[in-house]
Amino acid sequence: MKRFSQLIQELELSNKTNDKIAALVLYFTEADDRDKPYVIAMFTGKRPKRPVNAALIKQWAIELSGIPEWLFSESYSSVGDLSETIALVLPTAENTVEKPLHQWINELAQLQGETDEVKKEYILDAWNSLNTQERFIFNKLISGNFRIGVSNKMLVNAIAKHSEEESSKIMHSIMGKWLPNEITYQELIAGVYVDTDNSWPYPFCLAYALEAEPVNLGETSAWQAEWKWDGIRGQIVKRNGELFIWSRGEELVTNQFPELHFLKDELPDGTVLDGEILSVKDGKVQSFSTLQQRLNRKTINKSQLNDAPIGFFTYDVLEFESNDIRQEPLSKRRKILVDIIGNLTTKDIALLSPVIEFDSWEKLAELRETSRELNSEGIMLKKLDSIFHTGRKRGDWWKWKINPYTVDTVMIYAQKGSGRRANFYTDYTFAVRDGEQLITIAKAYSGLTDKEIKEVNSFVNKNAIEKFGPVRTVKPELVFEIAFEGIAESKRHKAGLALRFPRIARWRKDKKADEINTLDDLKQLLYSTL
Amino acid sequence: MALITFTNRGIYCKQGNFHIDPWHPVDYAVTTHGHADHVKWGNKNYLCHDLTKPILKQRYGLEDNVQTLPYNKEIDINGVKLSLFPAGHVIGSSQIRIEYKGEICVVSGDYKVEYDGISTAFEPVKCHTFVSESTFGLPIYNWQPQELIFKQIKSWINDNCTKGKTSILVAYSLGKAQRLIKNLAGEYPIYVHNSIANLNEGFAEAGVELPETIRITPEIKKDEMQKGIVIIPPALADGRWVKSLQQPAIGVCSGWMAVRAGRRWRSADAGFALSDHADWPGLLSAIKATEAEKVFVTHGVITVFSKYLNEIGINSEEVTTKYGAEDDDEIIGESNKEEIK
Repeated sequence: MKRFSQLIQELELSNKTNDKIAALVLYFTEADDRDKPYVIAMFTGKRPKRPVNAALIKQWAIELSGIPEWLFSESYSSVGDLSETIALVLPTAENTVEKPLHQWINELAQLQGETDEVKKEYILDAWNSLNTQERFIFNKLISGNFRIGVSNKMLVNAIAKHSEEESSKIMHSIMGKWLPNEITYQELIAGVYVDTDNSWPYPFCLAYALEAEPVNLGETSAWQAEWKWDGIRGQIVKRNGELFIWSRGEELVTNQFPELHFLKDELPDGTVLDGEILSVKDGKVQSFSTLQQRLNRKTINKSQLNDAPIGFFTYDVLEFESNDIRQEPLSKRRKILVDIIGNLTTKDIALLSPVIEFDSWEKLAELRETSRELNSEGIMLKKLDSIFHTGRKRGDWWKWKINPYTVDTVMIYAQKGSGRRANFYTDYTFAVRDGEQLITIAKAYSGLTDKEIKEVNSFVNKNAIEKFGPVRTVKPELVFEIAFEGIAESKRHKAGLALRFPRIARWRKDKKADEINTLDDLKQLLYSTL
Repeated sequence: MALITFTNRGIYCKQGNFHIDPWHPVDYAVTTHGHADHVKWGNKNYLCHDLTKPILKQRYGLEDNVQTLPYNKEIDINGVKLSLFPAGHVIGSSQIRIEYKGEICVVSGDYKVEYDGISTAFEPVKCHTFVSESTFGLPIYNWQPQELIFKQIKSWINDNCTKGKTSILVAYSLGKAQRLIKNLAGEYPIYVHNSIANLNEGFAEAGVELPETIRITPEIKKDEMQKGIVIIPPALADGRWVKSLQQPAIGVCSGWMAVRAGRRWRSADAGFALSDHADWPGLLSAIKATEAEKVFVTHGVITVFSKYLNEIGINSEEVTTKYGAEDDDEIIGESNKEEIK
C-alpha cells in the first residue's frame, strides 16, 4: 500500500498533466503487478460493491475518537471529504502493518455478508495499524470512490507509455466488463478479453468546441453537418445474438432502455453503432428534462415509458460484419449506416441523425440559430474523410454550439467548497428579483478564477449576515451573470422553474443588485420554449 | 467588575486603562507579538517583550514610544499588576498576565505548546479568566512532532537536490522562517528573502543567535540557489521570480497543509503541516492547565471550539475580534502583502 499511497500523494500535488502521467508511468514500472488491475479498475470508476456502509464507518470513527457527533460534522464540513475526516480524527495508530494493495481490497471484499461485529473488528484493527495518509486511502478503498483527477485518457497514456503499446489499443482493452481479481495486468493490457467478450465497446470519438468562425474550416463540401443532440451519448453493440447499450460514461445501461431491445433481433451480428439516446415523441426530439425522467432508474413504470419514450439517433457505425471499420472515412461509414438503419423493420425508434444540407457557412449559421426549436444544442461538423478517432482530437470534428442563455443574478448564500476548495466559500446560491423579494434561482460552483474566488471569499467573510450550519447568508450585493442551457417547470423549486446546467459566466462588477433580472423575465423564456 | 472587556477597539482593561492588541489607535497598547493582525500603527505607547521590540522597529518603524519587559517580570500599571509569559508562538511572543485585587486574567495572543527550538517555550499560567485563540480548534488538527516534520522536509530537499530542483520553502517571514533556519541549518546554504533577512538582522542586534543565512540579491546566481534552500514569504510563492528559478519545487509550511484541500489549493509541490499555532490537543491541554473559570475564545473556529469547551464543562464564550480573520488562510494573510516586491 505504501507505493500506492505515494502515487496518490504525487497525483494530488501535481497540477500538470505531464507530471501526473510521469507519476503513473513510474508507478506502473515499480508497483506489484497484482495491484495494477485494481488501480486501473479504481481509476476508471469500476467500483466493487461497498462492503461496509458509510453510516457505520462514521459511527465507529466517532466512537473511537471520543468526540461528539456534531463536532465530527463540523470537522467534515471543514475537510470536505468523509474518508479524510475519519483519517484525521482517529487517535494515533499503535501498530504498523504493510500489506499490498490487492490484499487490502480482497480482504475488504470478503467482509461482504459478514456481521457488523466482524466488520467492525477488521476496520478498527486496520485503522489502528495505518498512518493518516494510509488510513485515508483505506477509507477510500471501502467506498471504492477514488476521484483524484486522473482522466481515462491520462491513465491510458501512462499505461501506453509504460507498456510501449498504442494508446488506442490500451483504451479499447481496458473498457468493457472485466474484474480485477480475474485478470492479470499483462492480460488486461494485451486485450485478451476484447476478442472473447461480446460486450466490448469502442472508445468514443469526441469533438472540441469550435472557437473560430467556421469559414476558417475551408470548403463546405469537405464537411458533414449534423445537429448536436442533447441526450446521452451511447454505443449499441450487437454480437453473437447479444445486445449491449453503453453510455458515454462507459457504463452498461442496456436494461434502462427497453424500447431499444428490438435491435437485438433486427441488427446483424457484429454491428456497433454510435449515437445519442434521446426521448423522441412522434419523431420530435424532446428536451433533456424529459429524458431525465428515464435516467438512472432501477425500474421503469408504464407512465414513464409513455411520457418519455426513448429513441436512438445514430451518428456512426464502428463495427460492421464483425470488422472494426473506424479507420474508414466518415463518408463510407455513413453509407453503411444508412443501409443498416434502412434495413430495420421497426421504424421510428432507431433513426439516422439527419445530415444538414447547406452550401455556405452563412447558410449553416442561419440554420444553427434554429437549433433550439429542435431541442438541439447546435451543430456538429465532421470532416467527410475523417476516421473515428479515439478520444478527443483537434481538427476533424468540431462542436459548434449555440450560445447559452444568460441571466443576471445576485448572490445570496455562500457555502464552503469541498475537496480542493474546502477552505474557501466557493458554492454560491443566486437569486433574481420578484417584486420586492429575492428568489433563489440557481446554485453554481464553477466559472471563477482562483483569484476571484479569494475575492468573493473575503466578501463573504465580511458580509455574512446569518449562519445556517455551513451556509452563510450574505448581503445581496455581488452580481453574477449565470449561463444555462435550458429552463423547465419545477414544482420542487420556489421559483416554479429550474435552470439546466447553470454556471457562472462572469462576475458583473459593473452592475448593481437593483439591475438584475426578474422572475418574470425567466417565466417569459420558459413559456417561449414550451 | 470584569478585568477585561471586549470593545470595538480591542481587548480593554479598564482598571489599568490599557488595551491589548487593539485594532484601532489607543493611548496604551500592550502587544502580544509582532504579527500584523496584532500590531496596529498609530498607538501613543506600546509595551511588549524585549524581543518584540526589534520587530516593531523593523516592520513599523516604532522605536521611541516602545517600552519593553522580559518574561516573568511584574510591573504596575495604574494599580494593575502586569507581566509577560512565553507563548511559544514566535520569537518574543507573550501571554499577557494581568492581576487586580487577586483576580487574574491571561490574554494569550497566538500560542503553541510544542517547543520549536527558537521561541521561548510556552508556559502555562494559572488564572481565573483565559483568552485563547482557536485557529486550529477542530479535532482534525493533530500535529506530528517537529523532528518528524523536519525529517520529511530534509528528505524532500535531498530528493530535490538529486533531481536538480531548487528547493523553495514558503513560510511566514516572522516566526516560521526563523524556525526553519534554526532547524534546517547545516547541510545546505540557506537563501532568504529581504523581509526575512531584515528581521534576522534585528534579532541579531537584540542578541538572538541565528544560523548564518544569505540575503537574496539580484547578484546571487540562480544555479547557486539550486544547491541550497530558498525561504520566501507566502505572498511571493505564486510570483514570477519563483518561476524564474531553476526547476523550482515549492514546499509550503503551514498548519493548513494537514488537510488535502489545503495542500492542493496552491501550486505547491509539497505541503508540510508545520504550524506556529496550537493543534487541537494543544489548545485543550493549554486551557486545562490554566484552570480558568472562564475561557474567551477568539479568532479561529470560535463557535465550534467554544461550544465544545462548554460541553466538557469549561465555561466558555465566543468573542469576535479582528485577529486572524476567520477562514483567512495563513498563507494569504494580510501581514505579507507588504512584502510583495
